[in-house]
Formats: sequence, structure tokens, C-alpha cells
Amino acid sequence: MEHQHKEHSLLAEEFNANEPRVNWHDETLWWVRQKRDKMAWTIPEWEDLREAASRIKHNVLGNLHDYLLEFEKNAQANGAVVHWAADAAEHNKIVLQLLQEQGVKRMVKSKSMLTEECHLNPYLAEHGIEVIDTDLGERIVQLAKEPPSHIVLPCIHKKKEEIGELFHEHLGTPAGNADPKFLTAAARQHLRAEFIQSRVAITGVNFAVAETGEMVVCTNEGNADMGAHLADVHIACMGIEKIIPQRKHLGVFLRLLARSATGQPITTYSSHFRAPKKGQQLHIVLVDNGRSRQLGREDFRNSLKCIRCGACMNTCPVYRRSGGHSYHNAIAGPIGAILAPNLDMKEYADLPFASTLCGSCSNVCPVKIDIHQQLYKWRQVITREGYTKKTKAAGMHAMNIVLSKPGLYKTAGGIGRWVMRTFPAVVNNGLNPWFRQREMPEPPKESFADWYKKNRKQ
Amino acid sequence: MSRESILAAIKKNQPEQQALPDLNAFRRTGPGDPAAFRKVIETLGGQVFEISSYAEIQPLIAEHQPDAQKIISLQESYLPGAMTEWETGDGGRQYEHVDLAIIPGQFGVAENGAIWITDVEIKERVLPFITQHLAIVVSSQDIVPTMHDAYAERIAQPGGGFGVFIAGPSKTADIEQSLVLGAHGAKSLTVFLYSPKA
Ligand code: SF4
Repeated sequence: MEHQHKEHSLLAEEFNANEPRVNWHDETLWWVRQKRDKMAWTIPEWEDLREAASRIKHNVLGNLHDYLLEFEKNAQANGAVVHWAADAAEHNKIVLQLLQEQGVKRMVKSKSMLTEECHLNPYLAEHGIEVIDTDLGERIVQLAKEPPSHIVLPCIHKKKEEIGELFHEHLGTPAGNADPKFLTAAARQHLRAEFIQSRVAITGVNFAVAETGEMVVCTNEGNADMGAHLADVHIACMGIEKIIPQRKHLGVFLRLLARSATGQPITTYSSHFRAPKKGQQLHIVLVDNGRSRQLGREDFRNSLKCIRCGACMNTCPVYRRSGGHSYHNAIAGPIGAILAPNLDMKEYADLPFASTLCGSCSNVCPVKIDIHQQLYKWRQVITREGYTKKTKAAGMHAMNIVLSKPGLYKTAGGIGRWVMRTFPAVVNNGLNPWFRQREMPEPPKESFADWYKKNRKQ
Repeated sequence: MSRESILAAIKKNQPEQQALPDLNAFRRTGPGDPAAFRKVIETLGGQVFEISSYAEIQPLIAEHQPDAQKIISLQESYLPGAMTEWETGDGGRQYEHVDLAIIPGQFGVAENGAIWITDVEIKERVLPFITQHLAIVVSSQDIVPTMHDAYAERIAQPGGGFGVFIAGPSKTADIEQSLVLGAHGAKSLTVFLYSPKA
């Protein structure tokens, strides 16, 4: 990687400079986490579903070679063109070539963390092609010239007043109007014009079914569909780990994805793209970019099961109080911290230390990735390889900045709630050096005995 | 070629194969509950009307969508007199000014309010997204309990080149998590739950 980033701890410190904002960020994500819990609790077989999803993904990892070939064959039979890219550079080149063949200078793209990972937008911009991100949150951060800070909620770090400002500057909305409804309507109008003019659309992929050669894309806004169905050329970009064996497995993943992500029963649209529409070209770009290498790392291969729901971020006490940008990687949070060192161990040596190892991420993960254990194992690998330097000390520094100011939380509720939010699943498993050092806040004033006395009367 | 090198690396690195789990335990026996289906759609911001004849659609639209001028109906019987010859135009762009599209849904899912639609019935894929408002007609006998039942019983094999589950109107909460209906797709969803009189 050519760019030098500040470490997580320093970026987290910068984010913490604005106290009310950090508190808002923290509470909002915790609220999303609670919505997820409510949804999960309405499904009695929730834990069995997670287990099934994890096992399906495990089967995929063990058969990925054959499933990819099966997918390719079926996709081709459906009329799609399948491309293979070893890394980000090759992915970008393939996309550029397709766009140049069409002679387009401006086109729409729906949410795809893969294209973020590959830095597609800046690459295309260098070649004179403007990409319009159509997911509202992504469009907002694009106008702000920032990367998304969360894989599901790309502009969760922005306040509505800032968004109003951006829209005023770029879309000509009246100054000072920060009403979400008004701003969304303005974006709808602006982006509809882009959908209409665009002859090529790029989308991401949530699931690709080997058995049928189809791809499923999930959105609430309908932007992937608006782009893909209007375009003459649809380019779908996906990591090779998005494969699932059979159509029926979608039942498991579609039940888990939106409930885990935002606490909705399902996304508004779950679109199954199998064959291009008449006269349309469908291109599928299969991207490795380090995934086959991660597959060979026994301790870390489970990270490839990720369905990008974002639940591990919403629950993570460090993510909530350090913000997505502090991870200086396309994918932030606990999952980002176990994917990134595979891409560049030196560049991302700090990320596995940006965790309390409390285990909350592993507890909410719909595909049961042992996230906190992988974080711990990365620390050992990184230390062994000699990439730690000041990282560990810096990690501790970040924890202190992010988590050791109970005073910050008092306004947001009692200490008890602070403990709940900050240590959602404290696992004092001996893995957690930070936890041992910390002075825990006082326990709640009302003891169990008091509570019992009060409530017994009823 | 990258294809060969990627496949070779995967073959070398992939772990031992493990069996797929059996999903039959997740299946429910019997039909889905239309009342539960209705309730979820309402929580998602959709509107549900129970009808026993298609003739009830027209007055309901007149009452609840009084401003709808350009209306497309995928079946003549839903709304006699709706626009005809709507299919010609520029790859779907012509539907941008459609106020309301009334389309058939193959079946609904009780657990999440999703309705399955394919390009076999709707012909133009972009229609349910680009129309300003959307109405779906689905029979109360065509409700399945869960997504597992949907895939096992109804759509084990794909029919058509495109299919979509639609659950509620288009929405976003990207601005400070405030929920706003009508992001890029249809601003509202009306479901006509059809149960013919016995
Ligand atoms: S690691 Fe698990 S919880 Fe985190 S985004 Fe991926 S699937 Fe969701």
C-alpha cells in the first residue's frame, strides 16, 4: 500500500474530540443493535439458523473450487459473461475496459464494498469516468469526498446539518434545511436523473448461487434495481466467497441478513438476477484479492463466511466510540480488523489491537465467525512477524481514550447502562489483557435485595 | 490467465469438505397466516386491503390514491380502463412518470411480508421500482409461512430471468437513522389481499 495512515488510536482520538457526536454515534449504533436483538428473539429457531448458516458457509469454503466452476457454467448458460480478477488492479482494469467499450463517461453504481476495497471510483476518475454512488448514504459520503464509515450505514458518522450543507452545495437545496424527509426527496430527484441517463450500472452481490448461476442483491432503497434494469450493460462485482451452493440456502441467509443488520424482517428488495434482460449485457466479475490466501490460513479462513451485515460493528464498544474511519480500511470494525491484515499485515498491524476482545461481535454474528478469537490470534501473528512496534501500546492508548471516560456517559443514562453498552458480552476469558487492567465502574446502587423487596409486593 | 491461478490457489488452500446441514427442520407444515402477513406489511409501511373481487380495487384506488393519473395494470381485470400499450418506449425509462402500477404477486411470505414477483408476469423488470406508487395483488391462499417454505415449495427452480421479493415501500434511514419512505423505488406499497367468496 502506498498510503501511510495514522494508526487507529490516533484516528480514534480525533473522532473523540467531538464529544456529543461520539455519544450520538455510540447510542445510535447501540439502538440498531437492540433492534437486531428484538428481531432475533421473535424467531425461536434463531440459534439453529445461525448454526445452519455457518455450516453452509463452511461447506462452501471446502468446495469453493467446484462451486465457482458450477456457478460460472450456469451463469454463462444464462447468458452472462464471467470475468476473473486476481486482485484489485485487475478488477479495476476489467471494469474500465467494459466502460470504455460502451464509451460511457458517467454511470451509476449501487452499494458494493468490494469496489470500495478495490478503490474503483478513484481509478475510474483517473480515466475520466465519473461514478455516481446511488445508495443514499454512499452518495452523501461521496459528495463529502469521504469513504463510507460503516458497511451498512455508510454515513452514520454524519449529522443531518452537515448533510443539509452538502446538499445545498451540490444539489442546490435551500441553505439550512436539514430535514431528513426533504433531503431524501431531493436525493431521489437528483439520482433519478442519473438512473435515467446511465447506460451502464455496477452493482454488488450479496449471494451468488452455484446451482442456478444467479445473483441476489439486497437493498432497501431500490437503487440496485433502478440502475441494473435501466442499463444496457449490468456489471456485477463480487468476491469469490459470495458463492452459496443452492437456491434453498437463500432461505437461511435472507432470514438472517436484514434482521442482523438493522432489525428488519427482510430488506425491501431481494432481487434475484439470473439472466440479462433482452438486449442487455450482464457481466460478472469474480474477484480474489487475497481471499484464496485467507482460505489457506486455518485460523482466519472463517472470516470468509462474512455476509456483511454489520452487526459486529453495531455491537462493538470500540467501533461505536472510535468511528469507522479510524480503521483506515474499506471494511471497518471487528470484521474489518480480521480481514485487513490478510491484505497487508504491516499496514493494518494496529487493527487487531483495536478491540477489548469482549466477544460481543462473535455472539451476534449470524454466520458464527469466531471474530474475537481471530483478533487475538492476529495479535500473536503480528507480534511474531515483528509488526507490533508501538502498536500494542497505542492500542491501549486507544482503549483509554475510547472507553475510560465514564463521565462522558453519565448524561446518557446510568452507569449500569454504560456497562451494558460498553461491555455487551464481557468474556473474561484471560484473552483480554486490557480488561484485567481496567478499573471497573462501581456496580449499580440498587442491589438485587432492594429490587427484590420492591418487586415482591406486586 | 487469472482464472487458472485463482482456481489453483483455492484448490490448494480450501479446507476439508463438510456436509451441508439439513434444512427440513425449518419448514412449517400448512399454509401461512394471512393475518400475520398483513401485520408485517403494515409495520413496514405498506397498506393492505382485503378484497373478495377485483371490482373492489377501483374504488379503493380512487379513495386512497386520488392523484394517480397514469395507472398501469398488468391485468385488465384489476382495473378496466387502465393504460394500454404501455410497453413501448426506451428500455423502461418511459415509466418514470407512471403514478401507479398494479401488478400480480405470485405468493407472499407470512414471516416477513415479502411478495415474490418475476419478470414472467411483469414483463418489464424496472416497472415495480420506477413507478411512483406500487400495488400488488396477491391471493390469501398463496401465503407461505417462512422463506424456507417459499424456496422449497414455490421457487425451488427459477422461473424467468429475474425475480424479486418485495417487502414494503422503498425506504432509507441513511440520514441520522430517521426512517423515510420513498428512497429510489416506489414511494408507497398497497397490497390487495384477494380471497374470493366461497
Ligand atoms: S463478521 Fe459476522 S457480524 Fe460482522 S459483518 Fe460479517 S456476518 Fe455480520
